[in-house]
Amino acid sequence: MNVAIVDNGGANMNSLVFALQRLGVTPSLCSDIDALDAASHIILPGVGHARDSMHRLQKYALDDYIRDTKKPVLGICLGMQLFYHHSEEGATPCLDLVPGTVRKLVATERSPVPHMGWNQIHFRHVHPLLDNIETNSYMYFVHSYAAPVNEWTTGATQYEQDLSAITIRDNFMGVQFHPERSGDNGAILLSNFLKIS
Amino acid sequence: MNHEVVGDIVELAAFYSAEGADELVFYDITASPDGRSVDTRWVAQVAEVINIPFCVAGGIRTLAAAEQVLNHGADKISINTPALENPELIGQLAARFGSQCVVVGIDSLFRDGQYLVHKNTGDPDKSAQSRWFTEDWVHEVQERGAGEIVLNCMNQDGVRTGYDVAQLAIMRSRCSVPLIASGGAGSLQHFVDLFRASDVSGALAASVFHRREIALGDLKNYLQSHNIQARL
Repeated sequence: MNVAIVDNGGANMNSLVFALQRLGVTPSLCSDIDALDAASHIILPGVGHARDSMHRLQKYALDDYIRDTKKPVLGICLGMQLFYHHSEEGATPCLDLVPGTVRKLVATERSPVPHMGWNQIHFRHVHPLLDNIETNSYMYFVHSYAAPVNEWTTGATQYEQDLSAITIRDNFMGVQFHPERSGDNGAILLSNFLKIS
Repeated sequence: MNHEVVGDIVELAAFYSAEGADELVFYDITASPDGRSVDTRWVAQVAEVINIPFCVAGGIRTLAAAEQVLNHGADKISINTPALENPELIGQLAARFGSQCVVVGIDSLFRDGQYLVHKNTGDPDKSAQSRWFTEDWVHEVQERGAGEIVLNCMNQDGVRTGYDVAQLAIMRSRCSVPLIASGGAGSLQHFVDLFRASDVSGALAASVFHRREIALGDLKNYLQSHNIQARL
C-alpha cells in the first residue's frame, strides 16, 4: 500500500500523517503526477482556501489527474468541497466530479461560523467507508463553507441547515469533517478507506 | 507556587483522548510571566498519540511562535496575556491561520460589582488587573477575529464550588463565537448546572480530572441522563 497525501498548500498535515501512522501506514506528501502515479490511495486534504488550492492543483496538472483516476480518493474538508462543480469561496470552479455549489455557512446567534465542533452524522446510504461505524456517530468539524445535500450525499449533518458530511461518487469519497481528529470513529473511517481498492 | 505537578503530559493526553475527552487544552501558564514562549517539542509528541483536537497556550506572542505550534500538530492556539499586551496580534493570527484556530483566553475577576480582565495570572506574584472590563474585552477580541473564547472565572478557579453561571450567561449573550466555560468544576452536578443555566458551547476543567475525581465517561453518562447532549 502506498498512500499519497496531495500537498495542496495547506498548513499542518501532521495530524493526518500521525493518524495514518497509528494505522501502520506511512504516507508520502506529493505535489507531482509521478508521485500520485505510484500511489494506491490518494488523500486530498483540506486546510486553506478553495481558489489557492485549485490553482496549486492546476499548476502541477494534478486536477486532470485526479479527475481521471480510478484509484480510491479521500477528500477531507476543503478536499471534499473541491469535488463539487463550484465553490463560493473565491468564486472558484472546482473539480466538478459532483454537481452542486459549495456555499458559505450562514452565521446565526446559535450557530457561529466557522463551525467548529462535534456533530452527529446521519447515514443515508450503506458504503464500505462506513463499515463498523454507527449512524449518528459524532465527528469533528472545522469549516466555514459547506456542500449541499444531494443524491451523492452518503451522510448528512445539521448546522442550522442540512449539509453534506459525506459525499461519495464512484471512487471519490469526501468527508466534510476531520477523521484524523474524530476519535475512534474517525480512525475506523480512515482504516476503511485504506481497505478499499 | 501554588500549582502542582500532575504527571507526564503525553501519557495524560493519551489517557484523556481514550477516555472520551472532546478536546484537550495545554496551558504553559508560566510562559507569559516568565517572558518565554511555549516549548514546542512535546506538541508533536502529543499530536502523535491523540485523535481528538487540541489547543496549545502559553506565551505565544508572534506569528512565528504560533506557526511553530500549529506545524507541530496543534489544531488551535490560545492567547491570553499576549492578546492584552498586543491586541493586534489577534487579527494577525486570524488573517494568517484563520479564526477557527485562534482562541482567546480571558481571566475575569468579579469585584465590586464589576468583571475585570486580569493578565499574567499564571504567576501569583505577577498577576495583575488589565485596563479592560470583561464585557468590553469579549466584544473587542471578536471584532479582531477570535474564533473562540475561553472564559476563566477567577473567583471560582480552584475553589470547585461550581461554574460562575451568572457571569457566563452575561458573556454568552455578547458572544457570536463559541464560549467555553472554565473555573469552578467540582462535581458532576456542576456541569449539569452550567449547561442548563448558560448556553455555553463547552466546559473546561482540569483538577477534577487530574485527581481522578471525575471520570469523563461517568460525566458524559450523567449529562446524557439529564438530557444534555454529549458525545459518548
